[in-house]
Amino acid sequence: MTHSLQDMRPQAAVAAKVFIQRDYTNGTVCQFQTKFPSELETRIDKQQFEETVRMLNNLYAEAEKLGSQSYIEGCLACLTAYTVFLCMETHYEKMLKKIAKYIQEQNDKIYAPRGLLLTDPIERGLRVIEVTIFEDRSLTR
Amino acid sequence: MSAVMITRKVRKWEKLPGKNTFCCDGRVMMARQKGVFYLTLFLIIGTCSLFFAFECPYLAVHLSPAIPVFAALLFLFVMAMLLRTSFSDPGVLPRALPEEATFIEMEIEAANGNVPAGQRPPPRIRNVQINNQIVKLKYCYTCKIFRPPRASHCSICDNCVDRFDHHCPWVGNCVGKRNYRYFYLFTLSLSLLTIYIFTFDIVHVVMREYPVSHLSSPKEQTGFTVLEVLVCFFTLWSVVGLTGFHTYLISLNQTTNEDIKGSWSGKNRVQNPYSHKNIIKNCCEVLCGPTYPSLSSVALTASVSFQHAVLCLQKTTAPLIPNEHTPDDAKPSIAASAEKSPSPKEELPPASKLPPLASPETDAETSIAKDKTH
Repeated sequence: MTHSLQDMRPQAAVAAKVFIQRDYTNGTVCQFQTKFPSELETRIDKQQFEETVRMLNNLYAEAEKLGSQSYIEGCLACLTAYTVFLCMETHYEKMLKKIAKYIQEQNDKIYAPRGLLLTDPIERGLRVIEVTIFEDRSLTR
Repeated sequence: MSAVMITRKVRKWEKLPGKNTFCCDGRVMMARQKGVFYLTLFLIIGTCSLFFAFECPYLAVHLSPAIPVFAALLFLFVMAMLLRTSFSDPGVLPRALPEEATFIEMEIEAANGNVPAGQRPPPRIRNVQINNQIVKLKYCYTCKIFRPPRASHCSICDNCVDRFDHHCPWVGNCVGKRNYRYFYLFTLSLSLLTIYIFTFDIVHVVMREYPVSHLSSPKEQTGFTVLEVLVCFFTLWSVVGLTGFHTYLISLNQTTNEDIKGSWSGKNRVQNPYSHKNIIKNCCEVLCGPTYPSLSSVALTASVSFQHAVLCLQKTTAPLIPNEHTPDDAKPSIAASAEKSPSPKEELPPASKLPPLASPETDAETSIAKDKTH
């Protein structure tokens, strides 16, 4: 295998991008549609993809859950005039870190080997899950 | 050796379109017009300074030292809430990147079908069913997104804001999902502070007129007291009224924007799909709900995260090495514009340079109406 300068330079191109939209049927809570986009049919298993989106939906639901924890956090923060957030991370921020880690894991284990890349929705304003489809050069070589 | 792309960590807020101003490395986000905000600051700090300087020494000695202490705590809380409301991101929705905008346009065109020449294309609306209620999601021509439910475009800040309440010139910022509770606590605590100062001014005047203690000092000028009473009197009506109005809105889980437009007024049997039908639950959700992250000030640029992805891909499949320098004459599809996305400079400007095809919803009437209620 010759490693010419040409080969060493990054070459693969982005073939397409698919955007998984938000699902508003349960209100303004952050949820994404689990419908499998047709562009990914050749690249990944439908079940696998839906499982990823469902897991993400669960994590976001957990972040926005209205329970005793969020109420206690809210009341405590209010009593300290919200200065407590200077030293403490909010529950939502903790969940966002978890989500980022999950997406990275999924990318490493499942999506990158298939030439796909999931973008963390927080980088797209929590509007879409951007799935980048890379050209499959292994077939052309 | 692959070319290393050295990028300065460009903060997202530095390239944010819209008419906001930023300070302190993106931590402070405000509207452009800040004049009225400075007036608010001046009125609050000025009146409280006069109170602490002229009334408190007398009241502390003749009534209780707890009076100025409590006033000071209340004043600090009011200032904290005001600054928090004014400086935080109200919930601005970042504009769509070019590929996303193109993708949505393609979807819209596919949905509309072929429009005969000369005819107006149908309005860009998506219908969503939320809790058995059909909600229309409008397309924002400026931000190139379908606005989420309850979001609205503020023409003063030129941004779509999530759970848009109104643009408040007194705090120099929009009031939206992220800072509504701080705004409410600001109006509530300001009402309490105004009532407190007003009450003790009256007490002070009465005590001077009818001295009860032989140790009381001779009558001093009550000019400043009169000034404070005047400011408090006029503030009282507007701020207490505003607090009452927002308490009503919170108990119904409505925004000012929805109230003014009569979205859930009950005509045609439309009801608020976001309300829990329980006052306490509604209040808890609005005031003690989760603290949402700011979507416009995420520090990582797309290029940095993309590079990380590049490294991941290099490890897994050797041939699939993305190229940051792909020429522009690549396939004319979404892919072509997608290749530009790694570089931070081309991220947002193309979207902002395109003029809106139709004027975005003017929320000017909302802010004007708000001014009237102040």
